[in-house]
Amino acid sequence: MTSLPRASRGTKLGLVIDLDICVGCHACAVNCKEWNAGGHSAPIIDHNPYDKDPLSVWFNRVHSFEVGEGQESRTVHFPRSCLHCEEPACVTVCPTGASYKREEDGIVLVNADTCIGCKLCSWACPYGAREYDHAEGVMKKCTLCIDRIYNQNLEEVDRVPACVSTCPVNARHFGDLGDPNSEVSRLVAERGGYELMPEMDYKPVNRYLPPRARKVEQAGALSALTPEARDEGGEGSMGTGFLAWVDQMLSR
Amino acid sequence: MHPAYSVIFFTTASGAGYGALILLGINAMFGHLPADRWLGFAAMGVALGLVTAGLLSSTLHLGHPERAWRAVSQWRSSWLSREGVLALITFVPAGLFGIGWVFAGQTGGVWAWFGGGAAVLSVLTVYATGMIYASLKPIPRWNNRWVTPIYLAFSLATGAIWLYALLRLFGLNPYPLAIFGAVMGAAAWAAKHGYWRFIDSAPATATTGSATGLGDQKPVRLLEAPHLEENYLQREMGFQIARKHAEKLRRVALTCGVIGLVLLLIAAASSGAPGVLAAVAATVLSALGVLVERWLFFAEAKHAVTLYYGNESV
Ligand code: SF4
Ligand code: SF4
Repeated sequence: MTSLPRASRGTKLGLVIDLDICVGCHACAVNCKEWNAGGHSAPIIDHNPYDKDPLSVWFNRVHSFEVGEGQESRTVHFPRSCLHCEEPACVTVCPTGASYKREEDGIVLVNADTCIGCKLCSWACPYGAREYDHAEGVMKKCTLCIDRIYNQNLEEVDRVPACVSTCPVNARHFGDLGDPNSEVSRLVAERGGYELMPEMDYKPVNRYLPPRARKVEQAGALSALTPEARDEGGEGSMGTGFLAWVDQMLSR
Repeated sequence: MHPAYSVIFFTTASGAGYGALILLGINAMFGHLPADRWLGFAAMGVALGLVTAGLLSSTLHLGHPERAWRAVSQWRSSWLSREGVLALITFVPAGLFGIGWVFAGQTGGVWAWFGGGAAVLSVLTVYATGMIYASLKPIPRWNNRWVTPIYLAFSLATGAIWLYALLRLFGLNPYPLAIFGAVMGAAAWAAKHGYWRFIDSAPATATTGSATGLGDQKPVRLLEAPHLEENYLQREMGFQIARKHAEKLRRVALTCGVIGLVLLLIAAASSGAPGVLAAVAATVLSALGVLVERWLFFAEAKHAVTLYYGNESV
């Protein structure tokens, strides 16, 4: 049923992603692909993987943005996946009932047996969290690793989404954002975690933790470390004396 | 948004078909419809033919057309489902109306009521088609008040023009229908012009800053995309037409549309072969204009996901 569950139980499973420490290594995206190619949504096929115009389905993709201008600018790596929204139009637009939001934990899923592949849900998601599988003719998306988080065959410590388990810098956290006392909720409160594109009114569950503010002295220290570069020796010169000689030799 | 030909053909063809059905039904209700069987056969053939061809083409882009029947189940929440349900229900009174006209040779009495029912359901179906697009928040150029009325206006205008040309081929000249088509067409193109001005000047709904939450008074720009080759998101939703091409195509659409309307009026004022010819030419040009208009409707629509791929605002 694509109508949203009327009374949710208050559990909102989701991710909290720390943009301050994400190093943009794509490990989460790769492990996501690895797990899901054999899990609940398997197979997630690659078309022409070694040929021209390759096309493949991924549930998690890591973008890199530059924020700010000049010396103040910084690179922020930005993993993007389904936010398991509380008001997901991707679900309500689905004509078949294939897309649904689970009442018990808020996870948004697609039933591959009833999806007709009309793609409307991917149009309705502002976050680009749904990708169409041309081989199977159905829509695919992040399942929050539903086949891991409740999997009794796994050690308890492994019952987290694949992306969370693999992040080498611990930038990804999984938990119940509906419980104000959960670890993830506390993290969000502490660090000012925010939702993406609130203007769309989809009420995403996932939260992003902003990069921490930089200390001003650090920016100053940078320029203090490079006095030679600012000597009068002209464009691209490394200064005078020995350095100038090295510069000349290297520039030949 | 990627302008898929199946969907462009679907919305324009079924739009014209429903427009024709609406006009036939209303005219039957008012007793203005000649009970000629062959005319009935041709008119219902054109109207239902356009509708059916459009609906069939819309199933072409499905991954699983054989499961299409499932799409009527979620009418409570989904405009696409509502459209499917309405489109199917419309066939019932429309079919009965056609049977009365073609086989019983009658367009009055209970048959007229079937026509009226088909007209009402056709209006609702076209409205639902418009709402599929108008309800999508991630595409601000669709998510506005212009979209649905314009769908309805073009449906009525093109339906009237098709019908008028057909009636001319049968040696009739119902010039009020031509005038209705011209007025409706003028209104539709004027509204489209207003829509274009609206989308050109509307403030951004979302930006790369709000999409990443990093904007807070700082510029945010994409440094590196996650992948080198285009993915599904970019192919389906990242289609973007250059501003100057869009402007040219807008002029092409508008010119085709306006010449079509002028030809329609010329047809109404002339008799014999030249009149018929003008009416047919009016149909062809209007159809062309609406096809280009519909192509642009997709090509000019920007989806919020593009904010993650280098687009600055939508
Ligand atoms: S992020 Fe997109 S796919 Fe996921 S729940 Fe929200 S709208 Fe649906
Ligand atoms: S593609 Fe599948 S899941 Fe998405 S709206 Fe269509 S039927 Fe529903």
